[in-house]
Amino acid sequence: MSEDVVIRVEEVSKIFRLPHEKHNSLKSAVVNFYRGQKGYDLQKALENVSFEVKKGEFFGIVGRNGSGKSTLLKLLAGIYSPTVGTINISGSLTPFIELGVGFNQELTGRENVFLNGALLGFNRKEMSKMYKDIVDFAEIERFMDQKLKNYSSGMQVRLAFSIAIRARSDILLLDEVLAVGDAEFQQKCYNYFEELKEQNKTVVLVTHDMGAMKRFCTKAIYIDDGKVTAQGDPLDIADAYMAENIEAGQRAANKIDKSLVTEYKITSKIVEQTDNNVLLKISYSSKTKEKLYVGISVMKDGVSIAEISTPPDMALMGDGDIFYPLDTTVLNGGVYQIDAALLKLKNKGLLDFTRVKARFVVKGNDPTKGAAIKLDNTWRLKEGV
Amino acid sequence: MKQVFSKKNQALLSELVRTDFKLRYQGSVLGYIWSLLRPLLLFTILYLVFIKFLKVNYGVPHSAVYLLVGIVLWSFFLEMTAGCVTSIVGRGDLIRKIYIPRWLVVISSSLSAVISLLLNIIVIAVFMILNHVAVSVSILWFPLIVLEMYIFGIGIAFFLSASFVKYRDMSYIWEVICQALFYLTPLLYPVARLHWPIVREILFSSPLSQTVQAARYAIVTHNTYTISQAFPSFWPRLIPFVITIVVFIIGVSYFRKKSRTFAEDI
Repeated sequence: MSEDVVIRVEEVSKIFRLPHEKHNSLKSAVVNFYRGQKGYDLQKALENVSFEVKKGEFFGIVGRNGSGKSTLLKLLAGIYSPTVGTINISGSLTPFIELGVGFNQELTGRENVFLNGALLGFNRKEMSKMYKDIVDFAEIERFMDQKLKNYSSGMQVRLAFSIAIRARSDILLLDEVLAVGDAEFQQKCYNYFEELKEQNKTVVLVTHDMGAMKRFCTKAIYIDDGKVTAQGDPLDIADAYMAENIEAGQRAANKIDKSLVTEYKITSKIVEQTDNNVLLKISYSSKTKEKLYVGISVMKDGVSIAEISTPPDMALMGDGDIFYPLDTTVLNGGVYQIDAALLKLKNKGLLDFTRVKARFVVKGNDPTKGAAIKLDNTWRLKEGV
Repeated sequence: MKQVFSKKNQALLSELVRTDFKLRYQGSVLGYIWSLLRPLLLFTILYLVFIKFLKVNYGVPHSAVYLLVGIVLWSFFLEMTAGCVTSIVGRGDLIRKIYIPRWLVVISSSLSAVISLLLNIIVIAVFMILNHVAVSVSILWFPLIVLEMYIFGIGIAFFLSASFVKYRDMSYIWEVICQALFYLTPLLYPVARLHWPIVREILFSSPLSQTVQAARYAIVTHNTYTISQAFPSFWPRLIPFVITIVVFIIGVSYFRKKSRTFAEDI
């Protein structure tokens, strides 16, 4: 292994045996043996996966649900062993598949800190030294001698995170840890990632949050159906991922269950796209006689970049369609999504909300891909308009 | 081997054992006192039934202590094996989400049984003093006898915990086997009562009978019927030791083979 490669995955496949029934018994084993049945199905979770992670890289693994990315992470962590192929890892490695693994609800916060610390490889002496920092960071000093079952879930997550970031391994494996907690907590996570990046730690991040991936990762692979379909620059991977998701979303949209229609319903869809225009069709339905109000926001990477709602003098009621032509000439290349909401006219209360179905791609090879709004080249050398 | 006793594994092992112990008497009023009180009360019942009412005569001095030693060692074996059956599945959460050496889980579970044994030995010591048992130099054998039982027990524990992942029947099967082993070990009856030599030979082929009687010999009385009486010639005396080693090797290698897929099978 060359010196700066810390993870090398070579032609790894993972095949799971899925038992037909979840009956773990000798009887079913004997019966199946005599019938000449295998008693299980084979499922290929990963097929011929190869990649390398170099020292100091922030490596992203992206893919849709069920694509095999978590299996890959568990293989890297040594939790699963590959059916075929080899995985070489040099240096110590800590996986965070979930926050608070090994937390025991019957133990106090303090006892759990030491137990969890041991799972990260710290002995009691080392943990005692870090204890105060951990508690301070989690901001739950008064609760440390209470049993964990009396903690709110937010407090548990804070405590777990606070312990997790003490890990001093050479390589960290992170799986969707970002996905839990409130905005403030997510910010803490992001700050931690920034720190890791500054320290030049090797990090493998499994995520489907494209914003986070673009922001932190220096390299990424895209996994689809157990195979690596793209590898390289995170920005390209993110676009490939979003494009793939739109297709999948559109396929899913054609199969909406009609029985799910409730009192209020809003759906949105892109009906037409030209080079500089996108026509959005919003269908709403209401079983009451209230006046309604439709609002849309244009989203990129989970952040709203523009919003507009129907004016008060535009009376919407009952069932109907409404169209909005969106000028895309102001947008940079990338993947956008329209969130549409059905609201009450008076107090702006949300009645229904939709986001999955309306997505569009603006083509363009602008080097400043990250930003959403295109600015004109109106540079000048003197003050004044 | 260096990796086995690494600092990381030691820290983890000690935390796991500590947690087990803390949780055991969680929520009870008497707490840790139960770990001494429980064997004491159980022994009192056996003492009343077998020594006082049934008047079982082992033909040895200090019958009460003699009975107690057997019961304590049997409980140790039972707690270690039956307690370990579910150890891997019980820690499924850890095994599926983090990498910890799988054997560590079984060892930590078995150490809980060792702690109970150590507490029970205190009870034995108290009874020995009350009964004025004369301690001889042969008591030095006792730790080795316990070690032999531990090796036999941990071999079984490795096998059971690994097979339980796939076959949940194992806990019931083992319960039944234990019931048979209980009567195959001369705990509640004197060996001398067994008339046919072949029965005694079968009995002493079991590492359990051999260790229990050896322990009684070492700490209670030299009047104990031991393996050397059951097998007059030398070579057959090795049978229980060979069984112990073979069980240990089979258990450990089966566990090693199966442990690769624990995370996906649980």
